[in-house]
Amino acid sequence: MTQEQLLLILPLIIVTATSVTTMLLVAAKRNHAVSCFVTSVGLVLALASLFIVAPLAPQEVTPLLIVDNFNIFFTTLILLAALAITLLSYPYLCNLEDHQDEFYLLLTIATLGALVMVGSTHYITAFLGMEILSVCLYGMVAYPLHREQSAQYPMEASIKYLVLSAMSSGFVLFGMALLYAQTGTLHFADITAGLSGVVADGPGAAYFVIASLLVLAGFAFKLSLVPFHLWTPDVYEGAPLPATAFLATIGKVAMAVLLIRFMSVTGVLQSEAITNVLAIIAVLSILGGNLLALLQSNLKRLLSYSSIAHMGYLLIALITLNSGVNEPGAVVTSLGSEAASFYLMAYVVMSLGAFGVMIVVSDSGHERDHIGHYQGLFWRDPWLALIFTAMLLSLAGIPLTIGFIGKFYVFAAAVQGAEWTLLAAMVIGSGIGLFYYLRIIYRMLTPIDHEDLLPVMGIREVVPHAVLLVLLLALIVPGVIPGWWMSLVELVVQSLY
Amino acid sequence: MIVVWLILTLFVGGALAWASELMDSRLPRVTALLAMLVSLALVLWLYWSSAPAPLSPGGQWLVFEKWPWVERFGIHLQVGVDGFSLLMLLLTVFLGLMATGAAWHEITERSGFFYFNLLWTLAGVVGVFTALDLFLFFFFWEVMLIPMYLIIAIWGHENRAYAAMKFFVFTQVSGLILLIAILCLAYFHSVQFGRFSFDYFELQSVVLEGRFQMLVMLGFFIGFATKLPAFPLHSWLPDAHSQAPTAGSVLLAGVLLKTGAYGLIRFAVPLFPEASANFAPVAMTIAVIGILYCAKLAFAQTDIKRLIAYTSVSHMGFVLLGVYAWNLYGLQGALMTMLAHGLTSSALFMLAGGLQHRFHTRDMGKLSGLWAQLPKMSAMALFFSIAALGMPGLGNFIGEFLSLLGAFQVNRVATIFAALGLIFASVYSLWVIQRVFHGEFKVPGHGHDQGGHDGQENDLSATELICYGAMAIGLVWMGMYPQTFLALSEPTMTFLLESLDGLVSSTALVGEVLP
Repeated sequence: MTQEQLLLILPLIIVTATSVTTMLLVAAKRNHAVSCFVTSVGLVLALASLFIVAPLAPQEVTPLLIVDNFNIFFTTLILLAALAITLLSYPYLCNLEDHQDEFYLLLTIATLGALVMVGSTHYITAFLGMEILSVCLYGMVAYPLHREQSAQYPMEASIKYLVLSAMSSGFVLFGMALLYAQTGTLHFADITAGLSGVVADGPGAAYFVIASLLVLAGFAFKLSLVPFHLWTPDVYEGAPLPATAFLATIGKVAMAVLLIRFMSVTGVLQSEAITNVLAIIAVLSILGGNLLALLQSNLKRLLSYSSIAHMGYLLIALITLNSGVNEPGAVVTSLGSEAASFYLMAYVVMSLGAFGVMIVVSDSGHERDHIGHYQGLFWRDPWLALIFTAMLLSLAGIPLTIGFIGKFYVFAAAVQGAEWTLLAAMVIGSGIGLFYYLRIIYRMLTPIDHEDLLPVMGIREVVPHAVLLVLLLALIVPGVIPGWWMSLVELVVQSLY
Repeated sequence: MIVVWLILTLFVGGALAWASELMDSRLPRVTALLAMLVSLALVLWLYWSSAPAPLSPGGQWLVFEKWPWVERFGIHLQVGVDGFSLLMLLLTVFLGLMATGAAWHEITERSGFFYFNLLWTLAGVVGVFTALDLFLFFFFWEVMLIPMYLIIAIWGHENRAYAAMKFFVFTQVSGLILLIAILCLAYFHSVQFGRFSFDYFELQSVVLEGRFQMLVMLGFFIGFATKLPAFPLHSWLPDAHSQAPTAGSVLLAGVLLKTGAYGLIRFAVPLFPEASANFAPVAMTIAVIGILYCAKLAFAQTDIKRLIAYTSVSHMGFVLLGVYAWNLYGLQGALMTMLAHGLTSSALFMLAGGLQHRFHTRDMGKLSGLWAQLPKMSAMALFFSIAALGMPGLGNFIGEFLSLLGAFQVNRVATIFAALGLIFASVYSLWVIQRVFHGEFKVPGHGHDQGGHDGQENDLSATELICYGAMAIGLVWMGMYPQTFLALSEPTMTFLLESLDGLVSSTALVGEVLP
């Protein structure tokens, strides 16, 4: 490994060093503020190190990792999200009587796992990253809060996540083993070559389909796509809010990025069977997620179902990955990867914003995740209500927000791929989605008719509100002036081809 | 730049109105009034100073501006105003002023936020009427939804949550279908010309195959027909109208419905001439069903606002009929109906709102004999009801007559049935007058004999008189000298007809015109 290659994985090294530093500090003396500060500094340094990395890219660091623009873009996104969650967690954890510092430790290591996944071009690193992320998430989901009013079932949630996550890892491993048996390689890029050389039309073709489907099923577990979604609402509800936010944003993004790379490199979409299965999963996720979210009164559960639907929208963009490239002499390349990348960016901003508002009004003693807690918020705390409304409208895909541009992109990709059924599902899903997003907004507008259960005014720290402000800007600026962001994403996905 | 100034005035005015609430709770309405007056001045200035710019692509544009926005997809901030848009802008701003007047005394709670929403809705509508880039158009199309939703959801009547949700879901889902149709066009532009484009003029040159063209056209039609609303997609409208506050109803009936008709004339037909020509008989049938069915439904209502809402759907049928006749009479008739209906329905909704404000009911069964107590209000109600039923000499007659005249040349059967709508209109209009304003005096909460005590002072205030007077003058003007308006829109309509003439000459639409 050369010096340059070490420089290329600088973000990974810095994040690792941050977690080690935090751990040593905790061993020496516990101090919540110091742990949070060290974590934040570490994440900022990792972000800063991308300025060193960017000029050197694109380059492979051993056959296991690749550092290209695509990787750098999502590394930035993940590090920013991790930083936001760290900053939002501090006031949340402040009144916890138990140990607070370990949360940051778990958070940094989980971030490390996500970064590995984003850069992997090899099954080994992909699996390693997934496991690092998951194992830390077990801990975060079950983080001991010891309060009656706080997250109610952290243990149940964690066990559920542990068992199902382990099972999905098993699927992935089995799929990998089958592929390895066929091709003798675990490198994404070599798999296609190996296949086309040896087993293109022979009996091995079926192997390839089955193996890929197993791998994809494992990935779908992590993305909580229907019918692999059963763990999602319970885990979201049971986990402490910062952990939920982490799971919902970074957990999903890392997995989705890996999926984009996996699908665009290995060319699984050339198999019609796989494409059909994915299309069915997408339709089920969109309809199922939106329908199940309709009657939820717990916002964590509601957002969990809505995230299922959003992952379904994302899958539509993924299915169209190959649509433009296949035609010989096509002037327009596929919008699929662009749409998926933009949608992921949008999804992180809006989910983080929605969870951020919930974190700001909650603390580890009282989680305010019921829709009734937010009644009349518009008149009690217009600022928070404005942010929450903006985030929900963005999730619903209303213009002036990044969510609309994301949806526009997915629509464009699907039109290009002529996926009319999927488009119809997306329109129906978005229509259903309006009901529950608007229900929350309507509750926030309804004047309060009972004693105030929510001392919203109590939480007035500057930092969380600054984070929310940044998220609001990140929601509106790309929504109004999407041009620059679109060119950025266009540039970023070039490295996939 | 004037269009940009107009939109900015409304956006900034709305923000200022919200902010000014912090100083004084009466300040927002003054701010909103000022913003409306400034925009009216801008539109009037546009009208007086209109020197056609012959170099612009459409030929007849008074104002035409273009800036790049999203280059990745070839999206531009492209706005233009021709005579047709100008008339729509005039209507929008004028009714915006009326809505401010209607809200003046009615909205007392959270007035800052109310005027914010009011002005932002209008800003969205102005954007819709001027945008010549389909992405920009869709953008404004959606921008006007949220504030309208909030107006219904916050300041609406007893069943507001349901009505607001229904309004939003209908328009949003149809909007998404419209978006897909727009994207199809843009994508096929990229296939045929090598790059994405949302430019109105460039998209006209996209060639789509017959069946596919029909599907994409239907996407546009569904988007616009929901807003219009046309027959099977109209069910959101009675709820939204009856639950919205008066100013909200004025905006909905007067302005928002017209965006649907505008979209049909500006986009749906010119972009898909052949498909529209093939679709015309269906659209005209839908229009006739809407006219007759909703007139009948209107007759069955006891809630005044619901009744007026159904009459709106019925009258919008004439617009649909005129548009799909696709000849000069039909288009001009549709335009005049849009303008005149904007004024009459707004006035009637304001009257219904006035009744509710005074007697706290919209139920016609509980009101009667108001003429003796409220002579001015009753006279106004009679005037606008007569206007709505299409009395010659007032604007609605011109519009409906021209629509029917245009449609008669294309589809006689549909026209004959549609003409029955005029009779139904007289029935329900006069029925309302008879029940509510004639007969024995009765209002809820008062015995028959005590009614006289609080009579006269409840009659129209000066503000209301000015509003109704202005709208009445407008209607008489349209009825007596429609040339003012027709002349302004004629270049646009002629241009649209001529530019498509070559394309559709062989198809059913023109083929059925009598020699």
